[in-house]
Amino acid sequence: MPSAATPLEPFLSTDHTLTMRFSLPPSSEITPEGVYLNRRRFLAAAGLIGAGLVGTGSIHALPPRDEAQPKPLGKPYGLQPGDTPTSWEDVTGYNNFYEFGTGKEDPAEHAQGFRTKPWTVRIDGLVEKPGTYALEDFLKPSVVEDRIYRMRCVEGWSMVIPWRGIMLADVIKRAKPTSKAAFVELTTLMDPAQMPGQRYPVLDWPYVEGLRLDEAMHPLTLLATGVYGRELPPQNGAPLRLVVPWKYGFKGIKSIVRIRLVERMPRSSWMQAIPSEYGFYANVNPAVDHPRWSQATERRIGSFRRIPTLPFNGYADQVASLYAGMDLRKNY
Amino acid sequence: MTRPWFGLTSGPWWVAVGVALVPPLAVFGVVTAILIDLFWGTRLLGTDPVKAGEHALGEWTIRLLFASLAVTPLRRLAGWNWLARHRRTLGLYAFLSAVLHFTVWLLLDLQAGVSDYVGWETLETDLTKRPYLIVGMTALLLMTPLAITSTQGMIRRLGRRWQRLHRLAYLIAILGVIHWGMSVKKDLADPILGGLVLAGLLGFRVWEWRRRTAAPAA
Repeated sequence: MPSAATPLEPFLSTDHTLTMRFSLPPSSEITPEGVYLNRRRFLAAAGLIGAGLVGTGSIHALPPRDEAQPKPLGKPYGLQPGDTPTSWEDVTGYNNFYEFGTGKEDPAEHAQGFRTKPWTVRIDGLVEKPGTYALEDFLKPSVVEDRIYRMRCVEGWSMVIPWRGIMLADVIKRAKPTSKAAFVELTTLMDPAQMPGQRYPVLDWPYVEGLRLDEAMHPLTLLATGVYGRELPPQNGAPLRLVVPWKYGFKGIKSIVRIRLVERMPRSSWMQAIPSEYGFYANVNPAVDHPRWSQATERRIGSFRRIPTLPFNGYADQVASLYAGMDLRKNY
Repeated sequence: MTRPWFGLTSGPWWVAVGVALVPPLAVFGVVTAILIDLFWGTRLLGTDPVKAGEHALGEWTIRLLFASLAVTPLRRLAGWNWLARHRRTLGLYAFLSAVLHFTVWLLLDLQAGVSDYVGWETLETDLTKRPYLIVGMTALLLMTPLAITSTQGMIRRLGRRWQRLHRLAYLIAILGVIHWGMSVKKDLADPILGGLVLAGLLGFRVWEWRRRTAAPAA
């Protein structure tokens, strides 16, 4: 239990089991597709002037005017009142994936045609059963789930994303980690011919991320294969990417080819690039500023006004106990 | 002396600053409000219109500053003396762009006093503890006396001191590029390119000054 002075204290529940207990918003708060469509038809009829008269407040809830908007699938995890899934266009058109360029629209443009079939994943290191698998075989034994998670970027913006994927814990268990294994290191494909960003030394390629073993085994930690019930588009990290909803988005390494169990804390690409700004843990924490900006609030993509950033991005009840007694200011 | 564009810098200083700032700020405010009201959450303004606008205005400030610093080299090298009368206008519009950049940052991005969750102490922290913001803010504050003294009347009144004061433009441009470089996450390609252009513009002045001071000895 952390001392009363730690920023965690008010957010800890009394019981730290790993069971998934969320204060789920009533399902009515996730706008169903039918309502989206009706609203859109209404607005189309009302016309732009009419839409203007509706006022800023209701405009914030407007869906994009694209009929391709798929229905958000899955069970909501940790959503707060007012959280609605970010539009398909924003989720798939606004990405940080430096392998395809540093602009937010670059990945959607440059990742088209990225070959994800065939794809192999290697799991090795401190495991009893290392192996290299075709992606289909790697995924086959696991249950694929749809889950709606919050996503907070370290840059201060956020989204709500309906992911599809499997639990990372599942594949780690199958490889049987040895008793020495304490961390998991994940690596992105290295292929400058396909990934133009890797031709420039913006980061030390290939991208590497890491988790402590207990973080990797946490039931919230996903290996995503899809979004909005569809296959992951390449700009979102196809065909396999990490999703850790209580950490800043850059922990969500994309296009994974290797999962390695190790004894020592891996050095992630961003730790290597700017150690003073990006640490290993990268837990969402409104009380610890980025050196260049406050992390107390965030701008939700699709709406204007800032909203408060929550400790562990709203997943404190599930994960705060993993960090009991740690100084989260030092372990940023 | 040829009259400057729109007579913008021929009247009193408050006319120059007022004409440069008030109508564009009003139009910008109204247009922004309408666009936000109509199109927020749609793809028409892009995914993050605030960042897009903020960055565009920052980059336009740099472009306009560079344009004003390019006037002298272009006159000397290409003989485009007609540019001279537009130099202060370019400077005024650089100031306008910087004010808009600051306004978008303050009200739309940081939302100090706009969001219920952002207090003024956030602004205080940002402006006192974050080096890239201190550098940017310093550049904006240094631009203010230049904007105020950009009129014919002020040139007459200040005499030789006017030119010395307006050499601050060099420092402002340097601070602007440093602010740009410090604000990006990792990809420094654009700020470095900007730095090279600025090095060229300032290098020309050093080169000319050395040539001029060396000439009598030759």
